[in-house]
Amino acid sequence: MTPTTYKEPTARGYYGQFGGAFIPEMLYPNVEELRDNYLTILADPEFQREYQQLLRDFVGRPTPLFEAKRLSKKYNTRIFLKREDLCHTGAHKVNNTVGQILLAQRLGKTRIIAETGAGQHGVATATVCALMGMECIVYMGSVDMERQRPNVERMRLLGAEVRPATSGSQTLKDATNEAIRDWISNPVDTHYIIGSVVGPHPYPDLVARLQSIISEEMRKQLLEKTGSELPQYVVACVGGGSNAAGAFYHFLDEPSVQLIAVEAAGHGITSGHSAATSVLGKPGIIHGSRTLLMQDEDGQITEPYSLSAGLDYPGIGPLHAYLAAEGRARFISIEDETALRAVAECSRLEGIIPALETAHALAALGELGAGPNDVVVINLSGRGDKDLETYMKYADSIK
Amino acid sequence: MRKPRNLRALGVTLRAYCGNLIMNNRIQQAFQKQDKKLLNVYFTAGYPRLHDTVPVLKALTAAGADLIEIGMPFSDPLADGPVIQQSSTVALQNGMNMRVLFTQLKDIRNEVPETPILLMGYLNPVMQFGVENFCREAAAAGVDGVILPDLPLDDYVDEYQEIFRRYNLKPVFLITPQTAPARIRRIDELTDSFLYLVSGPGTTGGANTQAEGVQDAYFQRIEDMQLRNPRLIGFGIADKASFQHACQYAEGAIIGSALIKALDGVDDAPAAASRFVSSVLN
Ligand SMILES: Cc1ncc(COP(=O)(O)O)c(C=O)c1O
Repeated sequence: MTPTTYKEPTARGYYGQFGGAFIPEMLYPNVEELRDNYLTILADPEFQREYQQLLRDFVGRPTPLFEAKRLSKKYNTRIFLKREDLCHTGAHKVNNTVGQILLAQRLGKTRIIAETGAGQHGVATATVCALMGMECIVYMGSVDMERQRPNVERMRLLGAEVRPATSGSQTLKDATNEAIRDWISNPVDTHYIIGSVVGPHPYPDLVARLQSIISEEMRKQLLEKTGSELPQYVVACVGGGSNAAGAFYHFLDEPSVQLIAVEAAGHGITSGHSAATSVLGKPGIIHGSRTLLMQDEDGQITEPYSLSAGLDYPGIGPLHAYLAAEGRARFISIEDETALRAVAECSRLEGIIPALETAHALAALGELGAGPNDVVVINLSGRGDKDLETYMKYADSIK
Repeated sequence: MRKPRNLRALGVTLRAYCGNLIMNNRIQQAFQKQDKKLLNVYFTAGYPRLHDTVPVLKALTAAGADLIEIGMPFSDPLADGPVIQQSSTVALQNGMNMRVLFTQLKDIRNEVPETPILLMGYLNPVMQFGVENFCREAAAAGVDGVILPDLPLDDYVDEYQEIFRRYNLKPVFLITPQTAPARIRRIDELTDSFLYLVSGPGTTGGANTQAEGVQDAYFQRIEDMQLRNPRLIGFGIADKASFQHACQYAEGAIIGSALIKALDGVDDAPAAASRFVSSVLN
């Protein structure tokens, strides 16, 4: 049976068989408080007024929808780039942190924690904490602290404390574990600003709603530029899946729009060094959510790999697991090398240096099968400044 | 009653079923004949070495532990502090998994007939093993109870309760200082073994950082609720003093991380386990 809407989970937070809230009792009161209040707060006109104002004056929204003429020519289709890289702090992540900090204030919280992979969510969290004068602690895997060093320095400059996560593969999964343990230890004054559409209900729905501004704007801008609100393709990369959820949201229930989710294949799907969860994952529980998960036959979570810190995660948001299971979204995976070539292509053809995460979405252009009359929107989730060291290191691949 | 799949399952099912009727579970017996405060100890299966599980278990009971929790190691134990995380990592590297654990426990009831044994771990490995398989194997080994901190109450009621009952496995749920009174009542209703009182905010092994009196007020508040199940206090109980303090407010207490620490780097894990229990009880 085709559901009437893909957007909304059930009262217990399920999208089909995926979602829920698998949390230890220590987290229950916090998560319950959030669950009981988030929809009311989000619908409150005063919240909306403040949120929209900050999105406009602080973040710089609406972000442009840019027609990429030279890329269009190369791929013989009509390509638009949704310029989330032009958001303040350089990625879509800030749409979510602006909303969640306002939510945290209304819940009476005074201390903010977050996890980060690429550092973009950490920077976006540190930024809104500075704006609101709140204490901010960001957990980041030691490996990621090394490969995304500029973002570590930005967070510190903004007044946040960056705590290294040293367990496991020392990447995003482990940073998330540490943030959750912090929340267990600080159950009263702390709000956890999760950075993607992952975690226990209501986080996946909360973050999707806060990111949905992306597709809301896309529809208006497409109408203006193409005469129709609906494109044939919407393409986004998926780590946890927040920029994809935001880009897909207002198209989820429009069956004519093909949704393309792009995962990181790392060194290759079968190489043992990959983060392509939709291919390699089985249903399981990670960070409080039942979703597709990379795990061994004993149910131990396996270490993912991607050159891109923001896609280096062994799960995907439950909404995306559902879209994959239902066939509503098509999942493509892109290897490190291919993503690096897409960095060069976008830089040289359009004058935009994309983030390494975003480059995975751009690299999918070659696999879409879009025709000359089709309209393709790629969510340009972030800019590449943070990845400069990586790009220098792999200069040969980028040539 | 559901139709059992094979003869072995039939045996287990019948035993469990009769057990429900005429004989209660070892956990309940331990509390019924209780004439002193109970010491419940947690240790990680396959730690410090793969085949230490059974020798350590025997040493703990011989030294006077009243209940045993065997930790099933998980790669991402969210509710655990660094000590149990580390022991889990070592155990997994040693090759511990559910199948190995059940093989190790196969004859445990010949050697440790009465002490209640509980399995503690996270939901994902249990789900992958299969909940019914897990319960069948656990019951066959003589396990009495299961603690899965990330199993939501509603999911337990909808999907697990019936299976647990069929195998006479008692679930144990956690209560924290933040758990609302109505929820405590509901947990009490769903329990017929004991309630696991988490001593304060934090993961396992954390020190008590609460202001003086806060923790005692919480223990007292729970005691005043006159719940139907006995209570054991855990998290941060590390030695004789903290054990005895906790016992003022409950039928006993649970020690985990402190024992794991005592096993770290020793040659003779059973001897160290035995010494540790003696240091708490004597
Ligand atoms: C620019 C950019 N795009 C995408 C992602 C991946 O996250 P998500 O899948 O939640 O959008 C990140 C994460 O750090 C990012 O920085």
